[in-house]
Amino acid sequence: MVRVLISVPKRVKRGEAFDVKLLISHPMESGQRRDAMGEAIPRDIINSFVCTYNDDEVLRADLFPAIAANPFLSFAVTAEQSGTLTMTFIDDHGVVQTETASVTVE
Amino acid sequence: MIWRLAFATMLVLAAADKRSGYQDASPETRAMQDDDASNPGFLWVQQGETLWAERTGNAGRSCADCHASIRGVAARYPVFDARLGRPITLAQRIQQCRVERQGAGPLAPDSDALLGLTAYVGLQSRGMPIQVSIDGPARPFYEAGKALFETRQGQFNLSCAQCHDGLAGQRLAGSVIPQGHPNGYPEYRLEWQGMGSLERRIRNCMIGVRAEPFAADSPELADLELYLGWRANGLDVETPAVRP
Repeated sequence: MVRVLISVPKRVKRGEAFDVKLLISHPMESGQRRDAMGEAIPRDIINSFVCTYNDDEVLRADLFPAIAANPFLSFAVTAEQSGTLTMTFIDDHGVVQTETASVTVE
Repeated sequence: MIWRLAFATMLVLAAADKRSGYQDASPETRAMQDDDASNPGFLWVQQGETLWAERTGNAGRSCADCHASIRGVAARYPVFDARLGRPITLAQRIQQCRVERQGAGPLAPDSDALLGLTAYVGLQSRGMPIQVSIDGPARPFYEAGKALFETRQGQFNLSCAQCHDGLAGQRLAGSVIPQGHPNGYPEYRLEWQGMGSLERRIRNCMIGVRAEPFAADSPELADLELYLGWRANGLDVETPAVRP
């Protein structure tokens, strides 16, 4: 489990876009560096990210090396009814982590 | 005579025009710091907040069990510790509390846990002006710190003051030389891809001028931090700051 900070407005207007922001604590090791002994440091990045809202997929992203450590993701979502954002990401070790945030539409 | 006058004018200007490193950072870096949701330093603050409430050590006490409010505390550090007879930094105070009051082992220097706790405490003073006191018994340590700041060192034979007093605002390898105020520590440096302490920053600078860095928790570092704190008096605390 890595640390994640999610920023989503608690209440949003129906049909109006709102911002979802995520900070994920992750080294995002590119796989192109060598350590002090000259050994290659294995790649370790978050390679895929999916966000769903009440079972509707709203964003799917493949991530690549050359993204900074502790990546920041930000995207806009519109909602017609209250529900839950589910954000899942997978890293190179195959670790799957899921975070959720609830949104109230008014 | 003219040189002396020019130097005096420069010092007066420096006092009247203290600039946070924030003002020298790019608009993109400033934007990262301005929005807590995009400031990676808050990943450490989050960890620190958890540790603050966690009961630990032989005493089974958490920081929160004793400290109800710590607003404004970080703005006064380093402070003179009467019992030790020397100034100590905020991180050293946290370590002291852990060992003496919680009965727990000290945290590793520059560990995520210590940086997190320090950042969490620092955040409670964000927006408040730095007020480091050099009165009374702290005075000789301030003088020692000032002397260190102005002493040429390393193979490059440079003092801190030559760049951060004399050449602040000009450029070094394309980057603006900041005045070197410690008002955002611990801070997230893009160069480090992580959070770091003021000690780490000073160590970096010393390696940069090819000097032997002061040992972790050495009295020299505390003296230097006391001087830097006094020198930044009046600037707002920005912890956790984001810097290039």
